[in-house]
Amino acid sequence: MTAYVLKRLLLLIPLLFGITLLAFFLLKALPGDPVLSLVGERADPEVIENIRKEIGVDKGFIGQYIGYLKLLSHGDFGRSYYTNRDVLKDIVMKFPNTMRLAFAAMLIAVPLGIVAGFISAYKRDRFIDRLINVVSITGLSIPIFWSAIIIMLFFSLKLKLFPPSGTGDIRFLALPAFVLSIPAMATLSRVTRTTILDILKMPYINTARAKGLPSIKISIVHVLKNAIIPIVTIIGLDFGSYLNGAVVTETIFGWDGIGRFTMEGIIKRDYPVIMGCIIFGTAVFVFVNLITDILYHYLDPRIRLHAKEK
Amino acid sequence: MPKKSKISLKLLLPFLVIALLFAVSVLSPLLPIYDPNKIDLDSIKRPPGMDHPFGTDSKGRDIFARVVYGGKVSIGVALVAAFVSAFIGFGIGIASGYFGGRLDTVLMSVVDFVLSFPSLLLAIAISVILPPGIYTVMIAISAVGWTSFARLIRGHVLTIKDMPFVDAARAIGCSNLRILVLHIAPLCLPLSLVMMGIKLGGFILTEATLSFLGLGAQPPTPTWGSMISANRAYILTAPWMVLFPGLAISITAFCFNMLGESLKERYEFKDN
Repeated sequence: MTAYVLKRLLLLIPLLFGITLLAFFLLKALPGDPVLSLVGERADPEVIENIRKEIGVDKGFIGQYIGYLKLLSHGDFGRSYYTNRDVLKDIVMKFPNTMRLAFAAMLIAVPLGIVAGFISAYKRDRFIDRLINVVSITGLSIPIFWSAIIIMLFFSLKLKLFPPSGTGDIRFLALPAFVLSIPAMATLSRVTRTTILDILKMPYINTARAKGLPSIKISIVHVLKNAIIPIVTIIGLDFGSYLNGAVVTETIFGWDGIGRFTMEGIIKRDYPVIMGCIIFGTAVFVFVNLITDILYHYLDPRIRLHAKEK
Repeated sequence: MPKKSKISLKLLLPFLVIALLFAVSVLSPLLPIYDPNKIDLDSIKRPPGMDHPFGTDSKGRDIFARVVYGGKVSIGVALVAAFVSAFIGFGIGIASGYFGGRLDTVLMSVVDFVLSFPSLLLAIAISVILPPGIYTVMIAISAVGWTSFARLIRGHVLTIKDMPFVDAARAIGCSNLRILVLHIAPLCLPLSLVMMGIKLGGFILTEATLSFLGLGAQPPTPTWGSMISANRAYILTAPWMVLFPGLAISITAFCFNMLGESLKERYEFKDN
């Protein structure tokens, strides 16, 4: 187990190189002095001097990249052009908000998605299955930025049930969390359905039925337990991408998280902010995937055995 | 891939709707509609009516014309991105599956590498590095999209490369290149087409999202995503400006997703 985790952690290294290289290319692609591109012209001369020491033009491409990595490893992601604030500090400050939104969205999506998938699979080809199918494909087809605007128009501006934007308690959280949960709910219900249909064909289900087990017990002990891996995968992927900021949802609902921060960076061409958010977001995404993979080991003994054989 | 002769309505219907949407978009210059970029300050923010079926925007431009022209950009970008993704993925998948060994390990690590990025964030990163425009969007979508093609084709090549006809070809002295191009590639081609159908719905949404973020085609070129972001401020006073482009995206993506769904069922693809 420890060996596996270590191996997975080692695999992270090329990934982090990749993303930092991408960010570095962006830095070099910007016109003008890369030092000023990283901290903006408003930074203190002292800060500028420090950065220049690491990524000054005299160091050549590779030297500059190594210097850039050094800066990153010190947590120096650059400074916003507009606020002259440390980018990483802002990200760390906004991350809990993003996390709250992501948790809330998953709290809606996971139970509803799984239940819908269950119903769909057990009532295969019946009306309710078709309905759930069409609804979930619709959920996957409506762009989030549009559903967010329409839902806000209806619930906040017309009915005035919820505040249209802002960061705060559950009243502020409800609408963005719901909007964000739609695609995850749709994917979950579809994956749950296909997985369960596959499981229902398995001989051990017949055995369980032949033994005369009550069907509720079969559904929970035999079906759900075996369906858990694909479901956890989808939850992990969606949660991971929500954590690097639901760019669109946070922006429209004025939720003060990393997604909105990214969007502001893009609109103002505030490159240190964009780069910081991308590096941080990728790291979080990769980390969540790692946790998901480790969870597999606990959830499914077959994977553990397979790893041992290797 | 199992052969089936009957084409179901579920497959045909979304295909026809998409074909219609695409035909209207492509033929738009010939249709009797307004110029999508013509500013008419005498008729700003008109609600939908006889003159302007979808209303007008804050500069008096006809929304219907802009939705039709925007469709050309949005569907076109998604189609090109799908072709490029299929092309790259096809080449890499075939090489990886056929030659195996170290090449396979390297190529598949690249696939894993790309897949371990959050896809929208990667697309945003690429769009920020390159100058904004439709070509950048195509590149950004393809850069993420080719991976699923590569995996699929590789898997298929693995199942056919040891079949007797390949051995026979090798026995009569065909070169690797000849076997790949004439014997293996044709068998993988339909599979790529099916995958394109499955992927297009997602590509449409990615294009729309990048345009909404201002990273796509630049004004005055209309795209569905940019129309929504530009008119977001008028949502309370003139909701039609946002409603119709959004419906256009949703309907198009829905048809593509339905098409993909039917293709998946027909060719027994698994969600993964």
